[in-house]
Amino acid sequence: MTHLKQLEAESIYILREVAATFSNPVMMYSIGKDSSVMLHLAMKAFYPAKPPFPLLHVDTLWKFKEMIEFRDRRVKELGVDLVVHSNPEGIEMGINPFVHGSKVHTDIMKTQALKQALNAGGYDAVIGGARRDEEKSRAKERIFSFRDKNHRWDPKNQRPELWSLFNTKIHKGESVRVFPLSNWTELDIWQYIYLEDIPIVPLYFAKERPVVEYEGAKIMVDDERMPEELRKKAKMEKVRFRTLGCYPLSGAIESNASTLPEVISEMLLSRNSEREGRLIDKDQEGSMEKKKIEGYF
Amino acid sequence: MTNNEQRTTIADDIIGYLKQHENKQMLRFITCGSVDDGKSTLIGRLLYDSKMIFEDQLAAVKSETKKYGTVGDAEIDFALLIDGLQSEREQGITIDVAYRFFATDRRKYIIADTPGHEQYTRNMVTGASTADLAVILIDARKGVLTQTRRHSFLVSLLGIRNIVVAVNKMDLVDYSEERFNEIIVDYERMYEQLRFSLPYKSFRQKIDFIPMSALKGDNVVENSAKMSWYEGAALLPYLDTVTIERSDFKAFRFPVQYVNRPNLDFRGFAGTIASGTIERGERIVVYPSQKSSGIKSIVLPLSPEKECSMAEEAGFPMAVTLTLDDEIDISRGDLIVKEGDKPPHFSDSFEAMLVWMDEEPLKSREYIVKLYSKEVNAVVSSIMFKRDVNDWEKIEAKSLELNDIARVKIDLTQKVAFDLYEENKRTGAFIMIDKITNNTVAAGMIAGISTRHKTERVYTEAEKALNAFVREHFPEWECKEI
Repeated sequence: MTHLKQLEAESIYILREVAATFSNPVMMYSIGKDSSVMLHLAMKAFYPAKPPFPLLHVDTLWKFKEMIEFRDRRVKELGVDLVVHSNPEGIEMGINPFVHGSKVHTDIMKTQALKQALNAGGYDAVIGGARRDEEKSRAKERIFSFRDKNHRWDPKNQRPELWSLFNTKIHKGESVRVFPLSNWTELDIWQYIYLEDIPIVPLYFAKERPVVEYEGAKIMVDDERMPEELRKKAKMEKVRFRTLGCYPLSGAIESNASTLPEVISEMLLSRNSEREGRLIDKDQEGSMEKKKIEGYF
Repeated sequence: MTNNEQRTTIADDIIGYLKQHENKQMLRFITCGSVDDGKSTLIGRLLYDSKMIFEDQLAAVKSETKKYGTVGDAEIDFALLIDGLQSEREQGITIDVAYRFFATDRRKYIIADTPGHEQYTRNMVTGASTADLAVILIDARKGVLTQTRRHSFLVSLLGIRNIVVAVNKMDLVDYSEERFNEIIVDYERMYEQLRFSLPYKSFRQKIDFIPMSALKGDNVVENSAKMSWYEGAALLPYLDTVTIERSDFKAFRFPVQYVNRPNLDFRGFAGTIASGTIERGERIVVYPSQKSSGIKSIVLPLSPEKECSMAEEAGFPMAVTLTLDDEIDISRGDLIVKEGDKPPHFSDSFEAMLVWMDEEPLKSREYIVKLYSKEVNAVVSSIMFKRDVNDWEKIEAKSLELNDIARVKIDLTQKVAFDLYEENKRTGAFIMIDKITNNTVAAGMIAGISTRHKTERVYTEAEKALNAFVREHFPEWECKEI
């Protein structure tokens, strides 16, 4: 069995284990390439049935327009349930990453919004697309990662995880985060997308797009909310995105890779890691670990 | 292929490259060594040389090396590159299992990186449970130490059949062949003794030795000119080509994980094949009911959006959905086996090697045993002996504490089907869960079958006489014979 087939089988096993042992699971859907793979695996795991859990998208209201179009199209094509949540307090406050900065925006529109959505849904298992190769603090995370009543993660008090015997027992109010893609690397994800012909958001492919330099990254002008003095400086450049999130926080890279094999080739030859384009990771050293303890995915 | 050749292939013929890499195999291994054995340095080098460390990560590590580094004036402390959590970095130790990834042209690797301290037996057992191969580091200056005995015992107990003894820091013993050979002899002597401490009868391990210097890069990726006397492969090419030893257990085992019933016309049993193969039309038996049926279809999740795909046959370790010819009652936790294959053991009691993993010691109450997808209430009915992790002596024990390893007898509240761990890890391994705290308190490997402890009363002669008297003279009491 090839490594991709084995990874696929292991992820399917994890998804089925969630469906079999939790009463109210949900799958996080961020619209990115990892989410696309996860959704594809969920479709396989329960075939001919649909996945027995809904998708949850925490919409910060600053996602790329193309992402939202893609989301709505896929949900319709596959016939799966989707729950969308945005933080109503954040909307009222008019949170704007250009004004309030990435830290405040991420906390209110992402971390707080996620907590609200999870509390409202009463989910006991939350499936996420994080991979262990993404960031150092993730390397030690379990596949079934226990969270207390406040969604907090305690890195020093994790349950031992042996063989594929996952402990799925929790008390009322507690939950687990489940990561079926834990053992996939970025290359595995791309190869699998290529092999299985999985649809992904076109922003991953290079195209002429209007971008401006902002806080050391190339930010795409996606709508009128970008401050005018920035928009004025926009230039058309051939760029693509390695990771997708809120458009003011996702740095584009110059690229000519407009097909999947070209994207993979570029990724393999690149000397920078995938998360480099994400502005939130650079806030402070060990920042992802701190965000996770606070309840960020 | 050198890095440059590889980069050229990627640039010129990405489709060809992708084709080639679709057929890679996966190898999971564990690295065992203490803080100063150079384990982090070795892993850092494997990741670095296989380009899994990127420029931006390298820049971050360079700045952190100044802050936390323990390598003097060196520019990069490889340990910082891979030690994940901030809290640990401040203590200067790795305290948990971390998983690392890299790939070559031939294989995708997952490293379970675990600490070697005695108090962290729990973590090493966790890391070893999913590994097919163990790299045991020995400091060439120090030779076979207590920790080497501990690491070798634990990886063997967990059933790892491939061991590579990496004799590291050869640069500090002048790349001496004599020293290397001395260590081989010491290790082999130790291993002879180890074999008799294992609970497995038919268990064979392949052990190889590689002299290296992780720090200098000798015999890690390429053979070192400084040790021309060594004729074997360097570590990475070794890992790329080594044959992974497996149990020769071929019987079909399919734990039912999830019953898939989208409509009245489809009732599928979803799960991952634990061993063996199955073909459409073959007869199966279901445990515990022992009812039999035939395989109607094997549903493979091939392209869910386009069409369903049926297979004629499937085998370990595929995730499939089976449908059967007959409507028999099957639920999660049942085990489907093939008629005519070696049957599983079917009992409400077994003997096992238990590794205690909880801060709270073992109590004489019920726990949940999770064996494949089956959950059943169980008690540890006796502790036969504890095994010292360092000298492998048997010790008498009344209770078990964190990191204790013991041979125990476990009684279950119902009969379950299982295999011995040495034959089939997937149907012979279990975890124990505390019913109150929900913690995973122990990991177990089934090592033998046993009979459930019977609480049958033994009657005295006087009681028997009284019973006979009552039955003879007071038949209306309907007293039973004892």
